[in-house]
Amino acid sequence: MTEVYTAVTIAILVVMAMALARAISAPTVYDRILGVNMFGTKTVLFIAVGGYLMGRPDFLDIAIVYALINFIGMVAVLRFFEYTAPID
Amino acid sequence: MLILDIISSILLIAGVFFGFSGALGLFKFPDFFTRMHAASVTDSIATILILFGLILQTSFDINTAKLLFILAFLMITSPTASHALAKSARHGGLLTLPEVQAKQQERTH
Repeated sequence: MTEVYTAVTIAILVVMAMALARAISAPTVYDRILGVNMFGTKTVLFIAVGGYLMGRPDFLDIAIVYALINFIGMVAVLRFFEYTAPID
Repeated sequence: MLILDIISSILLIAGVFFGFSGALGLFKFPDFFTRMHAASVTDSIATILILFGLILQTSFDINTAKLLFILAFLMITSPTASHALAKSARHGGLLTLPEVQAKQQERTH
């Protein structure tokens, strides 16, 4: 199982890197938020799979906390940008 | 035990495949709302597959409950976040690709 965990962890890292690259290079602010949101979701999965890879499933607590904080941060940023964002 | 490992591996790898295709769609699709559709694929199916793949590795203890909690949170929060994002983009004035094309046609006529 360790090989599968390693492969999945690395693949999730690649996906996270792509999401982050999108968040840096996107054309509008909403695309950036989309990339950051995807990065956050993948981080939750990364922490969960990484915990199993290292044999410490207690990491799942951190994944729960990260899922909640990611959601709150998303909604806060969107509230801020809902009526004030410039389209460039 | 072995068959559980095999099913779990298949679920994990399928989840990663969907996650990767969603990340690729984030770059390839033509307008913002279709890109959002691509990102939703990773939020829904990839999360479900990967977390169920991990659930099969637990022995029905506290970790199963934690994984189900993560799944429930993500299933509630990611549609909410998608809704807020689409609403906010609409208020901000982003248009879909057909709307942009219709506008350009109006301008040329």
